[in-house]
Amino acid sequence: MTITETGKLELAQNAAGRRVPTIVNGRAQTPYAGIGGHSPTGCKAAPPVRSSKDYPENGDKRVPDLETALRQCGLRDGMVISSHHHLRDGDKVALLALDAAARIGVRDLMWFPSASFPSQKSAIDLMDSGVVHHIEGSMNGPLGDYCTQGKMRGMGVLRSHGGRWQAIQDGEVHIDIAVIAAPTADFFGNADGSHGKSACGSLGFALADSIYADRVIVVTDNLVPFPCIPWQIQGNNVDYVVEVPSIGDPAKIVSGTTQITRSPDRLLIADYVARFVRDTGIMRDGFSFQAGAGGITLAFVDYLRRMMKDAGVKARFVRGGSTKYLVELLQEGLTDYILDGQTFDLDGVKSIASDPRHVATSPFTSYNYHGKGNFASLIDVVVLGATEVDVNFNANVVTHSDGRLLHGIGGWQNCLFAGCTILAVPSFRDRIPVIVDEVTTLTGPGELIDVIATERGIAINPRRQDLMDAARGSGLPIRPIQDIKAEVEKICGGKPARPKLGDRAVAVVKWVDGTLLDSVWQVD
Amino acid sequence: MTTTAGFHGKDVRSDLHVAFEPRETGGIQIALESRVAPYYGDGLRAQIHDVLVTLGIEHAQLTVHDEGALPFVVGARIEAAVKRAGLASEKSWLPEPATHPSASARDRVRRSRLYLPGSEPKYFINAALHGPDAIILDLEDSVHQQEKDASRLLVRNALRAVDFGLCERIVRINQLPLGLVDLAAIIAEQPDLILLPKTEYAEQVQSVDQAIAELKRRHKLSRDFWLMPILESGLGIENAFAIASASPNVVAITIGLEDYTADLGVVKTVTGSESLYARGRLVNAAHAARVQAIDSVWGDVGDREGLRRWCESSRALGFDGIGCIHPSQIAIAHQAYAPSQAEIEKAQSIVAAFEEAQHKGLGVVSLGSKMIDPPVVQRALKLVARAKAMGKVQ
Repeated sequence: MTITETGKLELAQNAAGRRVPTIVNGRAQTPYAGIGGHSPTGCKAAPPVRSSKDYPENGDKRVPDLETALRQCGLRDGMVISSHHHLRDGDKVALLALDAAARIGVRDLMWFPSASFPSQKSAIDLMDSGVVHHIEGSMNGPLGDYCTQGKMRGMGVLRSHGGRWQAIQDGEVHIDIAVIAAPTADFFGNADGSHGKSACGSLGFALADSIYADRVIVVTDNLVPFPCIPWQIQGNNVDYVVEVPSIGDPAKIVSGTTQITRSPDRLLIADYVARFVRDTGIMRDGFSFQAGAGGITLAFVDYLRRMMKDAGVKARFVRGGSTKYLVELLQEGLTDYILDGQTFDLDGVKSIASDPRHVATSPFTSYNYHGKGNFASLIDVVVLGATEVDVNFNANVVTHSDGRLLHGIGGWQNCLFAGCTILAVPSFRDRIPVIVDEVTTLTGPGELIDVIATERGIAINPRRQDLMDAARGSGLPIRPIQDIKAEVEKICGGKPARPKLGDRAVAVVKWVDGTLLDSVWQVD
Repeated sequence: MTTTAGFHGKDVRSDLHVAFEPRETGGIQIALESRVAPYYGDGLRAQIHDVLVTLGIEHAQLTVHDEGALPFVVGARIEAAVKRAGLASEKSWLPEPATHPSASARDRVRRSRLYLPGSEPKYFINAALHGPDAIILDLEDSVHQQEKDASRLLVRNALRAVDFGLCERIVRINQLPLGLVDLAAIIAEQPDLILLPKTEYAEQVQSVDQAIAELKRRHKLSRDFWLMPILESGLGIENAFAIASASPNVVAITIGLEDYTADLGVVKTVTGSESLYARGRLVNAAHAARVQAIDSVWGDVGDREGLRRWCESSRALGFDGIGCIHPSQIAIAHQAYAPSQAEIEKAQSIVAAFEEAQHKGLGVVSLGSKMIDPPVVQRALKLVARAKAMGKVQ
């Protein structure tokens, strides 16, 4: 391991050849050691155990407002406040909590969302004024620019959904106060996401926070008499319940209808992927798949559904983010179950609220690496997107090719352990080739990425000779990745220039095992 | 005076907008805004310089808003702005040529032809990936009157630089006389076939044929350029046979139903009963002239079932293919205009019986207990040949 010196920050070169800081936000780090190269150890962290006598005997944990709740939780300077992103761009609760903290007058908080969204951009003001020290969680849009431009005091830490569970479970991040927006709750703190005017489906991303945080506040705009059923969040973990007029903007929480892409080129990619899954024999009775909620992957689900029908094939389970396209599979008897991580549209919400075969999961069951397995590795095929891929099948999902933060990791890294991982991407966007020599930010190691499907052809990772053999004779355009890259560079007028990245790390990308896979560098 | 060309804005892709102002002194000044600046900014500036130098422009101020235009589009847009200023009328900047397949065969399969508006470069580059038998770079109805000049340059550059794979490369020119200006710009880039809109007389076909012959001499080209007249009026239909046999370069005739029904003052319906006579007449004329009969287009992209029904009845009438206005229509057209597996197998058994009879020197062809009439044998031979051309039979 080589150690270099950049300013005050020590950098180490990890097993992927990427430079990563040795210390992040005051905590020593382990550089990425390759797939399976690092074994997380240790015991579960635990919050102080409290006693029933400290809580109202009648079960009513309500307090008048968030400010009161935060005060009673003992909010102090430097604490970690967490929130979840099931309300997506419609969430109001995280900012309500941070604003309440600002009114209380505390400083230097660490905000620990499971993801942040563009509508939460006023967190920038809270960082400028010193209330929030830094954010550990995905950042995009204005927050992403703020971090990438080096304006945040601490370093950004990007974790997968599974990695976030692990960080909490292992005590790497100790949540002082979890603020959980709940579309439905009772006064005891039992909470659920599938009912109410702000219904969002599963609340799985908040589960770890509810179990491991010192203090837990449930915030709801739909209080029901005890018991709130189902109770994905158990009131036994909850300290206070706050009622507010609205936890979010329903129009931005779920989309009314999820839209399949209308771009003929992207539909072509979806068609190729569906045919690949069918013709390589992955699509067979009892199989399972996961697809993201992007335009291409939704179209893939729709195409695959028709192929399953034609072939009389039924899946054992499909993994959401659920949308109406997965719900249709369930309703048409083409899958036994939906195991749902998050619920993207109204059809998904209706289904999870009413159909016992549509099951809310959490990152513990689906993604956690530091545990006794997780079901991401049981899935036969997963179809995901990426912003960049390289000739070694490495992929980037967190930054634009100019180095600016673009997306969180989400469950993307965790999904790479599926039996077959397919990235469905256009071969270029706005003249910018998607297949490059080396990705700007390494988010997924090429060893785990099996297929890259573009509108100009499908590249199979040479490590997967079995898939090469299975695809033979399918009539699909299977091509070496270098070929597709060369063709695209010819169309685009040569190789793109490499963006100029700074030499100061402003954020780090964690691998699923907690090691550091890459750094995000300052860009002005 | 400032001239402009091209388009920019949030929803524009793969295009650029340029404002061009010729100057007396000061060299070339370029103000560039581009969404791909970090990757292709330097290359873009260098190309703009190169285009201007090629066109003989030494002093000018340019303001460029680029939305990720590919090099063949960049060149066409800059050249259009320069030419709109009345400069460089005899000069052209041409992009790097792609390698093109050899000229298309006169009787090749023409089940689908995908229309690409000549002013929308974003549709060009991936068109062939959807596998139509042909692509049409359209200079006529899909191009606004004020964009004719700029689209002509775009289409010329696309013919030269874009790889359309195995597709037959078709250009729909404007009605004459504007169509002659189109031909002068594009023939050197060797489209396979020219679509002639609103054809009513054989003489119109012959004018185009002569203009192409002239351009072939000028550019020293020996290849064929096929013609497909579009009949879009009552008169055109009446003259269908004369038009179809006006030149040996006519390989197909087709019908434009929007204009035809407008000409008759009838409503275009999904069953097409109002155009049944015209389409039947066209098919008959085409077969009499030994050229292909190609149907119009299906305008409702969302109605896939309607398209399927239309194509099936169209094939039954004797048409060989249809125009497509969206890639999603291609697969439906290909399926409908191809013979079914059952038809192919039956025809193959008839052909086998025919060959056996030939071999044995028998005058009568029989299959099982049935005697097969000569026209049935002829039809079977045609069907098998067609299935072979579509790759449905080895």
